[in-house]
This record gives sequence, C-alpha cells and structure tokens, in this order.
Amino acid sequence: MEPFRTLTALAAPLDRANVDTDQIIPKQFLKRIERTGYGEFLFFDWRRTATGEPDSGFVLNDSRYKGAQILIAGKNFACGSSREHAAWALSDFGFRAVIAPTFADIFFSNAGKNGIVLARLSEEQVATLLDNAKTIPNYQLTVSLEAQTVTDNQGFSAKFEIDPFRKFCLLKGLDDIGLTLRHEAALDAFETKHDQANWLKAK
Amino acid sequence: MSSEPKTLFEKVWEQHVVVSPEGEPTLLYIDLQLLHEVTSPQAFEGLRLAGRKVRRPDRCIATVDHNVPTTLTERFNIVDQIAATQIAALRANCAEFGVELYDVDSPSQGIVHIIGPELGLTKPGMTIVCGDSHTSTHGAFGALAFGIGTSEVEHVLATQTLPQSKPKTFRIAVEGKLPRGVTAKDIILAIIGQIGTDGATGCVVEYAGSAIRALSMEGRMTVCNMSIEAGARAGLIAPDEKTFSYLKDRRFSPQGAAWDEAVREWSKLPSDPGAKFDRELVIDAATLVPYVSWGTSPGMVAPITATVPDPASAPTEQERTGLERALEYMGLKAGTPLETVAIDRVFIGSCTNGRIEDLRAAARIADGYKVSTKVSAMVVPGSQAVKEQAETEGLDRIFRAAGFEWREPGCSMCLGMNPDILSPGERCASTSNRNFEGRQGRGGRTHLVSPEMAAAAAIAGHFVDIRNWEVKG
Repeated sequence: MEPFRTLTALAAPLDRANVDTDQIIPKQFLKRIERTGYGEFLFFDWRRTATGEPDSGFVLNDSRYKGAQILIAGKNFACGSSREHAAWALSDFGFRAVIAPTFADIFFSNAGKNGIVLARLSEEQVATLLDNAKTIPNYQLTVSLEAQTVTDNQGFSAKFEIDPFRKFCLLKGLDDIGLTLRHEAALDAFETKHDQANWLKAK
Repeated sequence: MSSEPKTLFEKVWEQHVVVSPEGEPTLLYIDLQLLHEVTSPQAFEGLRLAGRKVRRPDRCIATVDHNVPTTLTERFNIVDQIAATQIAALRANCAEFGVELYDVDSPSQGIVHIIGPELGLTKPGMTIVCGDSHTSTHGAFGALAFGIGTSEVEHVLATQTLPQSKPKTFRIAVEGKLPRGVTAKDIILAIIGQIGTDGATGCVVEYAGSAIRALSMEGRMTVCNMSIEAGARAGLIAPDEKTFSYLKDRRFSPQGAAWDEAVREWSKLPSDPGAKFDRELVIDAATLVPYVSWGTSPGMVAPITATVPDPASAPTEQERTGLERALEYMGLKAGTPLETVAIDRVFIGSCTNGRIEDLRAAARIADGYKVSTKVSAMVVPGSQAVKEQAETEGLDRIFRAAGFEWREPGCSMCLGMNPDILSPGERCASTSNRNFEGRQGRGGRTHLVSPEMAAAAAIAGHFVDIRNWEVKG
C-alpha cells in the first residue's frame, strides 16, 4: 500500500447524498478475479449512457475535473454492498482522498486498506467545498494526513478526525496481516483455549 | 460480587478478544468465515503471493451463489465466460487451500446466508464474517455477524482474526402485536424509513421487544438481514427457545452432551437487565402497516396506502434534488397512490426473503389465482434445501399453477449478476433488500416489499394492500 502524507490536487464535486457502492462499481464488473483495472468502470452507469457513450452531464466527464485526485461527496458515501471493488475503482481511477460528511462503515475500512484517505467534515464545510469546486476553475485542495487538515488557497481550512492507528497505517502504508502477526503468540494461546468452547465450533 | 450488566453484543465481543493493544484496534477472533465466488478470488490470490496458508480451514465454508444461473440448462453450462471463470477460480482455490465447498451440484448449495443457519454452522455467541454486507442475517441467532471487504477476507483466511474498533450499541425494541398482514419485512422497512439509511452507522443494533420475540427464526433473519440498509455494522437478536429448537439436530449443531452444554452457554448470552445501550428506540408494533419502497434508497419507503411523496416538501435543496432524481429514475409522479402503480416483473427470493417460510407465505397468497398477463413473475428458492422442502410441501405446484416460474437457488435478481435482470424501464415488485439505481439491471425500477405483497402484486398487476386480500387456498 502506498503511504499517504500530504496531497495537493484538483477536487471534483459529486453533489449527491447516499452514493451507494452499486453506483461506484456496478455489479457486472464484479465478476473479474483481478484486483486491478477497475478505474475505467468507476461510476459506469453514471459516466456512460445506455448506448455506452460518455454522458456529458456527469461531473467526472467534465474536462474541468480531468485528473482530479480528491472527490467531494454528500453524506453516507459508499453505502450498501461490501464490495472492495468500490475502493479499487476509486483508487485505480486516481482518487486518493474523499471528503464527505459521513461514510458507510464497510467502505471506511476498505478505503483504508487501499491507501485512500477519508476526511469527514461537517455538512456546512462540505457544502462550501462543493460550491468552490463547482465555481472556481482548477480548484485545488490540500489534504494533510499528518496535520489532519483540508485546506485551499482561498482561506478554507478544516480539521478532520481520524483514528490514530488508521492514521499511522496510512502514513506508513502498512499491510494489516503483517501487523496482526506481531501478536501471533497471543493468538496461538487464545486459539488453543477458545477451541475448547464446543458451542463456538463452526463444524 | 455483582458485575456490571452487559449487552448481548458485549458478551460476544469480550469472548473473542485476542489482544487489545494500547492505541490499536482490538484483535477479534472469528469463529466462522463464509466464502463465495465474487469477493474471494483476490483474497486467495493475496495469500498465494505472500506464501500464506489458510489458518483454519475448519472455520471456513464456501458456496456459489451470486453468479450462478437459476435455470437448470444454463447452470451446468454457464454462457457468461467471466462468471464461469470466477466460479472455476473458487473451485481451484478451495481445493488448493483445503476449504469445504458446496458447489453448484451439491444438495447443500444455496445463498451463503441461507445455508449457514440451515446447516447449523451459524450458532449463538459466534463471530461470523463474510465478504457480503448481508452477513448481518446470522445475527438472528445471537451471533455477531458482519460483512467485510476482500482485504479483510484475506486477513481472516490468514489469521482467523480481524482488527476491529468497538462499535456503539443501539437497542431497537418493537413492542406489541403486529397487525394482520404486517411481516418481518415491514418491521425492518419501517425502521429504515424512520432512522434513515445511515441511521445506525457505527452501531451494532440489538432488536428486542415482544414483536421481535414473536417472530419465527426466518422472520428474525429477515430483520437482521437488512441492518446494513440502516447503515448498521451488524444486527442481532437474543437467542431463546425458538433459536435452540431451530438449531437442534442440524448437521453442524452440537449433539448429545455437547448440545446440552451449548444450550447452557447460549442461555447466558441475552443482554442482562439494566444493561446500558448507547442509543435506544421503541417502536409500537400496532402502528406498523405493509410498506412499499418508492425510490432508489431503502429509506425511501411508504405505507401501501400512501401516495408518492412530493420533493417540494424536502427540507434541504440537496434532499429535494435527491428526491427529484429518485422519482425521475423510478418514473413516478408525486401524489400517485402507490396502489395504482403497475408492475412488469416480480422477484420472490434472496437472502432477505428466500427461506421456506417466505415461500409458504407467498404461495398462500398465490394459491388459486393467476399471475396477471402483464406480469412476468419468478420464485427463486434461497437454497437447495429450501427448494426441496418447498417441493415436498407442493409449493412449487401452487406457484407454477398460478403462472410463476420456479427456479434453481441463488442470489439471482436481487443483484442481477447472473442472467436474471430487469430490462431498462421495467418495474419490479421484489422481496430483496436494495432498490438502488440499476441494482436489478440498468434502468430497472425496484420496489421492495414482503413476499405476500410481491405475490399479490404479481396477480393484480399492481401493488395491493395485502390486508384486503382474499385468501383462496
């Protein structure tokens, strides 16, 4: 996983609440067995018309937002299905940070495992950023994971909260399984005892 | 010495804490991982690349459900080569890593959340995960069960643990007697409608109260299944005599003395009197009615007697544009009575409502009637065991006589990963769990309802208030 420290990049406004993971990556693309190459299918049904042409009305098809690495969205972003393909698609498309008032729990975990920083700001702050990204040409934001801030060069500055351990892992780009295996001795001991509980056996 | 009263969730959690290092999430032991073809290939590949093994193959079980066609001819000759490759990958991975697989030809195959309880794999007090958000279904047995992403699937395969931050607790009590025609599906649709699709984010919900206790295990599974649609991490219900009686003598249930010991342990799990929850909500069962979703999010539900809401009444501009967009997608006009909305398709099945009791309820409504000539309706049993039981009871004959298609088990049109999809613009009364844009097929319009309401809509050709239905059977 690529470490994340500070990112200054173009921000794209997706002014919708409850964007679900079925929209982020529709089901027809979940049949692949690879972990890469999902970027071209990101928001597929919104980016393309029924005949497969790019839908010029969709924000990510607007040339002003080409190359955006920060996405600003409404509350409850990425609700619904647990598909990690949603995080893979956002990351493969080039997004490294998403700013929204709230995120769904499973996506929150999936994003962290793919080096995507999720910044929770208030509804008012997000509304300001959405407005700015719509109206100010080449609107750049800086997301600093170290300082836990989102800033622009127009005077906007906001702090966001993040769990210290998640922050540590994102800053270092750490693999979770390796971290867990630091506790292997404790796990072995726990498991030996736990296996004696017949009522918790799977089979 | 008295100890602090604990909730069901806290008891299960504490029994599974491996370590709780300072400044880090708790490392939680996982008793059972359920696997399927869609969210596991990249996890197995990750193990291979790192040279890791599956730590506890005896705590894993796999089946094929999301992709499998539901017609017998296509089932063993999958046309979609990408889907076929994914299923073949699961077979190869299970063989390589020693995981038991219930393949398409197994009598135990079915939707992962239906076969877990059916086989007695799901048990009270367990921690259960699966790369599928509807894993919360297993919470109906008093297990802590939640959906995870593929990286977490790999983590559990490698370590049989997951680092987890402790969620908050939310008790939702449904008290009183459910009115006639109101089902478990209506309870959960009402809850989601009331608290919203992010109303329980960050929480484990414990469903309680006399109306919940009065539900069958199937009904409890329907309620817990849709916890994720309210944003909850998991949903659970205290185990009781109904739970034990459902599990007795199932294939993987404890037997003999081990059974008695298990019941003693499981009986200690219910929340203690006076246990504290972070949030509480009480719902009066008598106020509940049959519901229909009208929009593109499971929170967009209304009583069957209501009309399509007016976006002009929304409190904020973002909500108003959201509602306008939903109505445009759904092809509905504000003020239209829901009972007059005509449908093209009916889907009865899914991990929400694909169990035997759901099929019995739908068959009771359909018995002696014919599906409207304008409607194409299908019944997809949740598992091979459900299908066999339904056929033993003659439910398939009732459905077929009424003009429903009777299919082979799988997730089917709940998410349309197999050939069962809606065409653009088609409107479907569905017993599934999500009415997102395109969920059942691009441009398809999904209305979430109970099995009874779906069966009645198939016959009438439009939504009907099931409370006024004349049962002929």
